[in-house]
Amino acid sequence: MFPNKQTTDTLLEAAQVAEVRGRSLWRDAVDRFLKNKAAVGALITLILIGIFALFGDLIAVWNNEEIDWGIMGQIAQKGAPSIANGHYFGADELGRDLYSRTVQGTRISIMVGVVGSVIAVVVGTLYGAVAGYFGGRIDNIMMRIVDILMAIPFMFVLILMLVIFGRSIFMLFVGIGLISWLDMARIARGQTLTIKNKEFVEAAVATGVRPFTIILRHIVPNLLGIVVVYATLLIPGLILTESFISFLGLGVQEPNTSLGALISAGAGQMQYGVIWQLYFPLFFFLVTLFAFFFVGDGLRDALDPKDR
Amino acid sequence: MATDPILSVRDLQVTFDIRRQGAWPWTPPMKLHAVGGISFDLPAGECVGIVGESGSGKSTLARAIVGTVPMSGGSAVFEGQDLATMSPEARRRHRRNVQMIFQDPLAALNPRMTVGEIIAEPLITHEPKTPRKEVKRRVAELMERVGLLPNLINRYPHEFSGGQCQRIGIARALILKPKLLICDEPVSALDVSVQAQVVNLLMELQRDMGLSMIFIAHDLSVVKHISDQIVVMYLGRVMEQADARTLTTRPQHPYTQALISSVPVPDPVLEKARPRMVIEGELPSPLNPPSGCVFRTRCPKAQASCAEARPEMLDLGNAHTVACPFHEVEEVLAVQA
Repeated sequence: MFPNKQTTDTLLEAAQVAEVRGRSLWRDAVDRFLKNKAAVGALITLILIGIFALFGDLIAVWNNEEIDWGIMGQIAQKGAPSIANGHYFGADELGRDLYSRTVQGTRISIMVGVVGSVIAVVVGTLYGAVAGYFGGRIDNIMMRIVDILMAIPFMFVLILMLVIFGRSIFMLFVGIGLISWLDMARIARGQTLTIKNKEFVEAAVATGVRPFTIILRHIVPNLLGIVVVYATLLIPGLILTESFISFLGLGVQEPNTSLGALISAGAGQMQYGVIWQLYFPLFFFLVTLFAFFFVGDGLRDALDPKDR
Repeated sequence: MATDPILSVRDLQVTFDIRRQGAWPWTPPMKLHAVGGISFDLPAGECVGIVGESGSGKSTLARAIVGTVPMSGGSAVFEGQDLATMSPEARRRHRRNVQMIFQDPLAALNPRMTVGEIIAEPLITHEPKTPRKEVKRRVAELMERVGLLPNLINRYPHEFSGGQCQRIGIARALILKPKLLICDEPVSALDVSVQAQVVNLLMELQRDMGLSMIFIAHDLSVVKHISDQIVVMYLGRVMEQADARTLTTRPQHPYTQALISSVPVPDPVLEKARPRMVIEGELPSPLNPPSGCVFRTRCPKAQASCAEARPEMLDLGNAHTVACPFHEVEEVLAVQA
């Protein structure tokens, strides 16, 4: 049966009137990302770790500073992981619950990574885009500042800062934030240089769009692909940095902890038969880093302009 | 044509500083004369075509008039106001009167914006208080006008063909109802069949909206079709200037004659029979242009005197000027429209 003419007409009309939703390049990238099994698996893992870090406290029997006097001094015998006494991951050398400490440490470590890379994305992208877009002398001055900051031995300064201003999580954020955007600024500037010569930017200039609107509307959205990839790969680097600082005994202050501090403590207790003190933090540390790397790789493949 | 010209360009020059790689910062940069003294008048509602091979400074001329490249000399007077001496803010507001269409249709559209956003951008920039509904209505109206289905408003540029992208570019250029439209090789990246559609669309729009146009191309046959007046450029200088009919049927300058003889004639017998003028060699570097007449290095009629002084623009009457003292008509080259 063929539809009669009237139905065809109404159908045609409907097709004409209905607005077609376009497929943005972001949408394509998401589809490509979802096809990548390893990346999706890593993303799910990350979400699970995120849930663990945020809501793990809810099923904890002990909080992270409470000392279980009952097992103190007999950690190797009584502090092993067990469901019965509420120490799911065992206890640390002072008899504190390792489960709630791991939850809290994971939270701090992820926070350091995320805060650092958010600073890198916001400051670095804008700084690099401004330098690249205006070019000439402004670019020269701005990028030389970055070069100078890069030449400063970062770990040394961070350790000095923590020693002088006291160990605090805030100081750690400041230190990591100061340094993390430098590479991002360089990457963003390099990309901006290629984007600003595209004709759509010239079209915007010719139309009379203001320079900062051009940067925000035309440059930054086209930068975001590479920025997102770099930010994802930056997070594990920052987590490693924080862990290293904490491993040295600086960084996060007791009773708070981070994965690096927990690993450090666990490594120190290895020979006393309390190996779980190393296993659990190390497991979360490695899994988090691997997951971030896989997600980053997946994003790079999904957003790589070569695929288009 | 007693009306005042809408745009009057006098001795316009564009110079770029070129820094040699690895030079000391204090060594003076070399000067590249991309456009060296161009003058023409564009009467309101007419179209002036600019032709010349790649590297002859056509696009730079257009960019200087639009204002994305600074002029380094001369003046461009638009409706009594000199664009070169305007304050930056006045210039920015003025940009709504002069819009541009670009060569590469896809590169001229931001890949992260929808077609609707792209077309609306000039409107939002210059009339930020326009209600969203009104913006959308005008965008849809214009899309229809340039031959796009308005329901494609939420699509992205990469989902369109080259011809459609060029139509989007045209719609964006026209949404503010500009007075002057500058087309920088709008059809050279398109298929021949699509070229014709786009050129016809532009002519139609020009007639309906009373647009003045500057149409740049390296293909004389396209320019001839759309322009009232044609300027032939070579290495940043005007070689010949005349109304479209005179220039294509009675070209005087050897370069124009070579350009016209390079346009194929769609008749094999005629094509074989007509004399061919082939100019050899490459365009000389604009960093170090030949002395005297810039075309002399490749000119079939070059003589010793050509190297000595720059040829004057000779007025042949009827607004026909030519920059060659040895000019002569070559009627045989005439191409049928």
